[in-house]
Amino acid sequence: MTSGDAHPSRLRAVALIVRRSLGRHAFASAVTILASAMASGLVMAVFAIQHQSEQAFTGGNVGFDAVLGARGSKLQLVLNCVFHLDESPGNIPWSVYARLKADPRVRLAIPYAVGDNYRGFRIVGTTPELFRDYRYSGDRELKFAGKGRPFEPTLREAVIGGFVAARTGLRYGDHFHPSHGISLDETDDDDDHDHHAHDEEYVVVGVLETTNTPIDRVVWIPIEGVFRMGGHVLRGDGDVYVARPGESIPDERKEISAMMLKFAAPTVGAELDNVINRNGKEMTLAWPIANVMLGLFEKFGWITRVLRLVAYLVVAVSACAILAAVYNTINERRREFAILRAIGARKSIVFSAIVAESATIAALGAMLGFVFYGVIVLVAASIIRSQTGVVIDAWSFHPALALTPPVMIALGALAGVVPAIKAYSTDVSANLNPHS
Amino acid sequence: MTITTRWPRLSTKITSVTAILEIHELVKRYRAPGGATNVVVDAPSFSLASAQQVALRGESGSGKTTFLNLIAGILAPDGGAIRIDDADITRLGESARDRLRAKQVGYVFQTFNLLQGYTALQNVELAMMLGRGVDHAFARSLLEKVGMSDRLHYRPSQLSVGQQQRVAVARALANHPKLVLADEPTGNLDAANARTSLSLLRELCETNGAALLLVSHDRHVLEQFDDARDFSEINRAATSTEAAA
Repeated sequence: MTSGDAHPSRLRAVALIVRRSLGRHAFASAVTILASAMASGLVMAVFAIQHQSEQAFTGGNVGFDAVLGARGSKLQLVLNCVFHLDESPGNIPWSVYARLKADPRVRLAIPYAVGDNYRGFRIVGTTPELFRDYRYSGDRELKFAGKGRPFEPTLREAVIGGFVAARTGLRYGDHFHPSHGISLDETDDDDDHDHHAHDEEYVVVGVLETTNTPIDRVVWIPIEGVFRMGGHVLRGDGDVYVARPGESIPDERKEISAMMLKFAAPTVGAELDNVINRNGKEMTLAWPIANVMLGLFEKFGWITRVLRLVAYLVVAVSACAILAAVYNTINERRREFAILRAIGARKSIVFSAIVAESATIAALGAMLGFVFYGVIVLVAASIIRSQTGVVIDAWSFHPALALTPPVMIALGALAGVVPAIKAYSTDVSANLNPHS
Repeated sequence: MTITTRWPRLSTKITSVTAILEIHELVKRYRAPGGATNVVVDAPSFSLASAQQVALRGESGSGKTTFLNLIAGILAPDGGAIRIDDADITRLGESARDRLRAKQVGYVFQTFNLLQGYTALQNVELAMMLGRGVDHAFARSLLEKVGMSDRLHYRPSQLSVGQQQRVAVARALANHPKLVLADEPTGNLDAANARTSLSLLRELCETNGAALLLVSHDRHVLEQFDDARDFSEINRAATSTEAAA
């Protein structure tokens, strides 16, 4: 006879009972496990995507402290200039840029001029300083793939983001015509005969390595090119001015959509905020950028709460599914429980076996839930990236990843209590028929 | 050995060997649907010595199963005492009764009551898990002894009735019980199988030193026992027309 003590044996008995039951009810068990997995994956994904999105959109990888643009919404400025979404609220004179560029309190000032696109990707006119002085995600500089280089400010040259290159197929040395407007005209599906295409032809002189920031989704050209693009007019001094070939554009005629600013000291933002936002009437300083985006998340916090509520409900439904699935087997298993009791199983073993069975279904669901989590997060990350250029870190740790499985298992075990009580109270003698 | 003064009625019957089972004034009643109370078991005295083999003859409905279920602790009596290996199971809590049943009592049911989703080996090993702990070698040797070594991983539905009965016998002996109860163990077998199975059960009980208490209404079965008694000798209620199970 075995020398092992009885307690591990009872655990083995419970494990065997659970295993056999799951095997006998394989289809129902599999469906319930799948439902639990989807619930588990969904709740983890909701928490993780919400957290990672907030981190990505409000984190410090933007590389600028503020956006200065026409009077209007700070959020619109940030969405337009940082994430290259939304419309530009208007233009500001070049002189503002020139003045701030010379201001010792400003470490970096980069002008943006928008208004065109190439196959739906924003074309932003700017200066080569962007490629030389701009740093993102701390101190990372923009790098060119292969033999790429910054554009010459006076030539029709372009630098494209990594995502643009991947999506459009544009490569170093390729030529393209910008189209008018900041988004793709869906009615114009003929690439070779774009009715909105400008006559100017640009050559790609650089493809940026992927940064996992909105920069990846932009086509960069010299700002002079935007000023001189056919059909564009400038109103830097209030009057309409159309640039003519061979003539330099007077600075007072120039205007830009916005200016990206990096300050020399943290206090500068507050100073400029006071001058521009509180006491000025013509421009808006979106500062600090992270706070503006945080405001957006707070404004739409109810969406997150609704999503979480839905996720909680899905988890509750999956717990109910476990309860129903296990409960439905109890009647047909009454004889099994009676036999178990008759050969010496204590009530606690029968009870434990049912609770363990429910918990096992939940545990297997929680494990499989990571697959669903991965799929949901990857799909969401792909959508977010294609829409904004922002890459969320699908595999970064979030406490929900650690908490969800034990919570699911606990809920599963809880769901097993009702059927366990039913099994526990099986009348042994009555279910061991026949009597003689 | 002589039974102590707490069991005066038994002292005259058991004189030289250890009693593994002693029953004293055992009563079990059932409430009928109409509200009347039926006495199913009324056994003033009964005992079984260690390794003794006794067959009880009784007709269907005479309360034999109820009697065995009371001894096994599956049912709680309305009165009296049942002593198994010096433990009065009527004074034990349900959990302690379950423990005692798992370790000390083997039960061969009329319909075998094998667990359907489990293999022959798992049926035996599960009983061990609930009792004294798993002994894989012993489980296999038991099944080998009952001629099931080539059917270890067959489920009951894949076994003939006779084979199921043999697995049930192996399971009943899995925990080296001191007492084996058998309720019409050959009731579902043909004559040849019944003889073989019964011989096997008796032999294994003898080999393992277990006492055997068998109830049956089959005279062919009873003929094989030196000690075969009428159930009505033990259960006064069995003679009553009210007795029912």
